[in-house]
Amino acid sequence: MTEAAARPVARALDDAPPPPQTFAPERQGAINWDSLPRRIVTIYTPLICFVIVLLFPFYWMTITALKPNHELYNFRDHNPFWVTSPTLENINRLLFQTDYPTWLMTTMTVAVVATFISVFASVLAAYAIQRLRFKGSQWVGLSIYLAYLVPPSILFIPLATMVFQLGLFDSPMALILTYPTFLIPFCTWLLIGYFKSIPYELEECALIDGASRLQILWKITLPLAVPGLISAGIFAFTLSWNEFIYALAFIQSAENKTVPVAVLTQLVEGDVYHWGSLMAGALLGSIPVAIFYSFFVEYYVSSLTGAVKE
Amino acid sequence: MSCGRGRTIGWLARLFDNKTFLIFICMLPCLGLLLLFLTYPLGLGVWLAFTDTRIGRAGEFVGLFNYELLFTDRVFWMAVWWTVFYTVAATILKFGLGLWLALLLNHYVPCKSVLRAIILVPWIVPTVLSAIAFWWIYDPQFSIISYVLVDVLGWRDTYIDFLGQPWNARWSLIAANVWRGIPFVAICLLAGLQTISPSLYEAAMIDGASPWQRFWHITFPMLMPILAVVLTFSVIFTFTDFQLVYAITRGGPVNSTHLMATLAFQRAIPGGQLGEGAAIAVAMIPFLVAATFFSYFALARRKWQQGGDDD
Repeated sequence: MTEAAARPVARALDDAPPPPQTFAPERQGAINWDSLPRRIVTIYTPLICFVIVLLFPFYWMTITALKPNHELYNFRDHNPFWVTSPTLENINRLLFQTDYPTWLMTTMTVAVVATFISVFASVLAAYAIQRLRFKGSQWVGLSIYLAYLVPPSILFIPLATMVFQLGLFDSPMALILTYPTFLIPFCTWLLIGYFKSIPYELEECALIDGASRLQILWKITLPLAVPGLISAGIFAFTLSWNEFIYALAFIQSAENKTVPVAVLTQLVEGDVYHWGSLMAGALLGSIPVAIFYSFFVEYYVSSLTGAVKE
Repeated sequence: MSCGRGRTIGWLARLFDNKTFLIFICMLPCLGLLLLFLTYPLGLGVWLAFTDTRIGRAGEFVGLFNYELLFTDRVFWMAVWWTVFYTVAATILKFGLGLWLALLLNHYVPCKSVLRAIILVPWIVPTVLSAIAFWWIYDPQFSIISYVLVDVLGWRDTYIDFLGQPWNARWSLIAANVWRGIPFVAICLLAGLQTISPSLYEAAMIDGASPWQRFWHITFPMLMPILAVVLTFSVIFTFTDFQLVYAITRGGPVNSTHLMATLAFQRAIPGGQLGEGAAIAVAMIPFLVAATFFSYFALARRKWQQGGDDD
C-alpha cells in the first residue's frame, strides 16, 4: 500500500527525539457505532460531492477542448456534458498555428534550471545551518523561513526595475535568476528538517575515519537525504512551472513567454475568445505538472505535511 | 567541487576542512541570491514608493506624495476594502470546508490514498490555467452553472451575469479561490488529525462526551498548532493573490474587483507609474506583518497551554 510507504518519509521529517505517532485509519474513532446507511449519509455523500466539485473544472476543460465549435456554442441541440463528435482540431491549431511548443520549451528550461540552482543552493545552506552549526545559525534559519513569507506581489515592481537595469528584460534569464527567491527558502526549510532526521553519529564515524567535511556531505549525508532532495526538487519544479506574476511582468515578446502567461495573453485575441483552443492550452499546460505529480504523489503529500508540521 | 580534487591538492583540502571557510562557501549561493533578489528589492520597493519613478525614467524623491495621492484615491480604498473582504471570506470558507473534508477523510474510507491524491490536484495545477477554466465556467452566455440552473433544474429564468456585476464577480472570485485553497488546507489538517491519539476519544466517549464535545474539546485544541501555521500561509497568500483576479476579471467590472496586488500591477507595469505601484505594494506590508504576528502568538499560546512541551 502506498499509504504505508509514505509513513516512514513523513516520520523522518519530524524531529528526531519523540516521533509523533501516526495512527492507522482503521484505528481512528476506536468504537465504531455508525451503521452503513448512516455512514453513507454522513461520510460518503459529502465526500463524493467534494470530489465532484474539485474535479469538475478539469472535466469541463477536457470536454471543451475536444468539442467542435458547433457543439461548443449550442447547448440546445447537444448535451453540454458530453461530446458527440470529438475533435483534435483545437489541439492541432494550438500546436501548429501558435507558438505553443516554444512556450512549453521556455517554461521547461526555466523551471529545470531554476530548480537545479535552488536545490544546489538549498542543500549547501541547509547542511551548513543544520550540521556545521555556527553561531547564529538558528537566526539564519529563521530569517530564511521569514523570506518564504515575502510574497512575489510586493517584490515584482522593484525587481522589474532591477531586471531592466541589468539588461535582462524580456529574457528567460530574468526568470531563472528571480525564481530562486521563492524556491530557496522553501527548499532550505524542507531540507533542514530532512537533515535533522539523519543520525549525527554516521557523520562522526566518518570524521574519525578521516573524511573531510565535503566528503561527508557528498558520500554520507546526501545519499541518505535523497527522498528529501526529490521532494525539494519536485516542489521547486511545480512552483516555477506555475509562477505567473514575474513571468507576466518581465517578459514582453510573445516567443519568450511561459505557458501560463502566454495562454492568457496570446490566445485571447481581442474580444473573440476561442474557448476551444484556450481550454486546450490550459489542459496541455497542466498535463506536464499532472504527470509529474502522479509519479511523486507520496513525496508531495509527505513533504507538504512535513513542512507544515516543522 | 568534488572531494577527489580536494584530496589531490593538499592546501585546497585543508581549506575546505576549515569550518569557517566551509560555512562561508555553503551559505554563499543561498544568501547571495536571497540578499540580491529578495532583501535588496524589498528595500528598493520601499524607496521607490517615495519617488516618482516611471518606466524608462529614474525618479526623484517626492516624500509622501504617492501616499497622499493614494489617500484620496477612491479606487485604492475600494481595493483595500475588497482585499480584506476577499481574504476574510475566502479564508473562513476554505477552513470551514477544508476542515470538514479533512474530518471526512479521517474516517475509514476505501482507497484513501487515491482520494487524497485526487483531492490535491486543484492545488498542483497552475492557478492561471484553472482560472481560465473558471472564466469559461462563468461565461455570460455559455456558463454551465447557468445552464444547469435554468435549463435542467428550471430554478431561474435568466442566465446569471457572473462577471458583469460587481457583487456577482466578487463572489465568483471568492468561489474560485476557495476551490483552489481547499485541498491544501484539507491535506495539511488531515496530517494534523492523524497525530491525535484515538485513546483521547475513547476516554471522552467513556465519559459520555457528545460528538460535538469531542470535536470542540479534543480535535480542535489538538489541531491548533498546525491550524495556526496553515492559517498564516493561507492568509498571506490570499491577501497577496494576483493570478486568479488577473486571469478572471482583470479588476473589472469598473475596478470593483481590483485587489491591492492587481492594482499595483495595473498602475506600475501597463500604467508605467512605478512609484505609485510600489506605494500600493508597500501598503500591503503592515497587513502581512500583522498576520504573521497573529499566528506567532497563536503558537506561543499553544505552548503555554501544553506546559511548553509540544515542540
